[in-house]
Amino acid sequence: MPWATLRKTPSDRASANLGDYETAIASFSWDQARGELAGFPDGGLNIAHEALDRQVQAGRGAQLALRWIGRDDAVRDFTYAQLTAQANRFANVLGSLGIGKGDRVYALLGRTPELYVAALGTLKAGAVFTPLFSAFGPEPIRARMEIGEANVLVTSQALYHRKVEAWRAELGSLRQVLLTDCAAEAPAGTIALAPAMARAAEAFETVRTGPEDMALLHFTSGTTGKPKGAVHVHEAVVAHHITGRTALDLRPGDIYWCTADPGWVTGTSYGIISPLTNGVTLVVDEAEFDAERWRTILREQKVTVWYTAPTAIRMLMRAWAQDPRPFGVPDLRFMASVGEPLNPEAVVWGLQAFGRPFHDNWWQTETGGIMIANFAAMDIKPGSMGRPLPGVSAGIVERSPEGDIRELETPMALGELALRPGWPSIMRGYLHEEARFRKCFAGGWYLTGDLAMRDSDGYYWFVGRADDVIKSAGHLIGPFEVESVLMEHPAVAEAAVIGLPDPVSGEVVKAYVALKAGLDASEALRRELLGHARKRLGAAVAPKDVAFRLNLPKTRSGKIMRRLLKARELGLPEGDLSTLESEER
Amino acid sequence: MSDTEILAVIRDELARLAPEVEFDSLDPALDLREQADLDSMDFLNLVTALHHRLGVDIPDADAAKVATINGAVAYLTGRRGMTPPA
Repeated sequence: MPWATLRKTPSDRASANLGDYETAIASFSWDQARGELAGFPDGGLNIAHEALDRQVQAGRGAQLALRWIGRDDAVRDFTYAQLTAQANRFANVLGSLGIGKGDRVYALLGRTPELYVAALGTLKAGAVFTPLFSAFGPEPIRARMEIGEANVLVTSQALYHRKVEAWRAELGSLRQVLLTDCAAEAPAGTIALAPAMARAAEAFETVRTGPEDMALLHFTSGTTGKPKGAVHVHEAVVAHHITGRTALDLRPGDIYWCTADPGWVTGTSYGIISPLTNGVTLVVDEAEFDAERWRTILREQKVTVWYTAPTAIRMLMRAWAQDPRPFGVPDLRFMASVGEPLNPEAVVWGLQAFGRPFHDNWWQTETGGIMIANFAAMDIKPGSMGRPLPGVSAGIVERSPEGDIRELETPMALGELALRPGWPSIMRGYLHEEARFRKCFAGGWYLTGDLAMRDSDGYYWFVGRADDVIKSAGHLIGPFEVESVLMEHPAVAEAAVIGLPDPVSGEVVKAYVALKAGLDASEALRRELLGHARKRLGAAVAPKDVAFRLNLPKTRSGKIMRRLLKARELGLPEGDLSTLESEER
Repeated sequence: MSDTEILAVIRDELARLAPEVEFDSLDPALDLREQADLDSMDFLNLVTALHHRLGVDIPDADAAKVATINGAVAYLTGRRGMTPPA
């Protein structure tokens, strides 16, 4: 049964930032959007200048910029002026270490205030910021630091000892390690950040970067090969800023909670930058998901705009089904979701539990900002990702065997979702991977790798990935990265990793392993492999299950057919088997 | 079922999910999720497994109460209608 469209009222439309879609589409220009930011007199642009200095200069210095809630419920507040001062101190610390424009600063931190200060201070210093997810194991961390040639790592003592110290000396580019939770005596080869910050000056003139200077390096995963470092420049702030307003309905004075970790692109673009350029108060919770805690935060912090993810929404739905108390959140105005398609049940559950629907939107690490969205004024078709934002031109395309691109205009034709390049936050490259970067573009389109359809009203519907990348809890996981770690184990002859549907997390990672001759599968070995993968990759990337096979299905060229494993696991049609050479056993 | 037996069930289920964890090196008063590198899915799976093994309902709203080993033992003992030994 199709889901009924959720109609918005004239007053919804009247009060939304993006009220009349057709008018906005017709009148929008990126130049005009850029005009809403300050920039530098010489045409320069710096993300942190727009997020902090501009707000202080506009008289918002005393406004709350960041409310941080610790695991133990301790609260630390930073006004725009205080956050600016902290970021300035951090930039000065970097300067004192000889780190400046173009240098690469990585953060491996939980959601602590230091993470936000480091991100903004790095950008102020003209250096490039890369956040790493703190639940990554040593292997994903090392791969990303090697590819990006990290010069500085900002982390905690525990994360440093557990995940970095053992191989740190092998990373030649790494000059400094700053520890955020070290009061005085830092371990050998590291610097205690707090005392260095205390000594640093509170004033700093933000480096006058150019719009095309590299600002952020965000990693994402493909089916094959190493993780890809998507390069983003300072001009991306134009998209961060304006899409915060159009897609998330952000307004100055909003209390905004983005539950994404800054280790992923959402947590940076919309968890740090966009809210600050839009003059809102950002709520940050250090703790992991907890249904009861989230209820309390929404209510007590009087959150007005909430940007979260399908996995969290579905976990809240579960808790609510057991105990359907009203959330009691009269201040909450707008709820949005990203990471993977939000199922219609969850969109509609929003109405039941909160009195308002969730608004799904779509974008990628490569796009740098929201591209397609259900915005506040728009009627929602539950399950659809929405319509392209003003300034974004999207289409459904088909690649011919010759490599030509043809746009599919027929409603509900299945093809690859593609975007016309030209928005400011599009990636400028995959670092050191020109060929892989070029492969994303053809026929004047950026090809997203997502399969989708567009209906006759112009709404887009996600269908699946065009490749074997796994989407678990909103995060892209490259099967190759997981398989490589399994292959390191002396018992493993071959490994294949797929994503299996999961009602809560979208997909879960499952590994199939063939053992070397003479070795027998056992529960003990299964646990050993699982433990090995978890230690090396961390919980966010490691498989949740390992199954043994005598042989994995392969093509004539020896390529493991992940799709076939998946089809068989799910009881789906096996498709074209003409290339199958070595059968699964 | 005694505290020791409940503890053994927790150890057993954790070993299934996160076999790399050395149970005896965990601080029973600290959050298990961080110490054992459990993501939200792992933790949900652990809670579900404890529910099945011990027959104790653990509503999601109470999940935080079983996030430490001490908390889990106290909660599960209490819910099984037993008073912890003095």
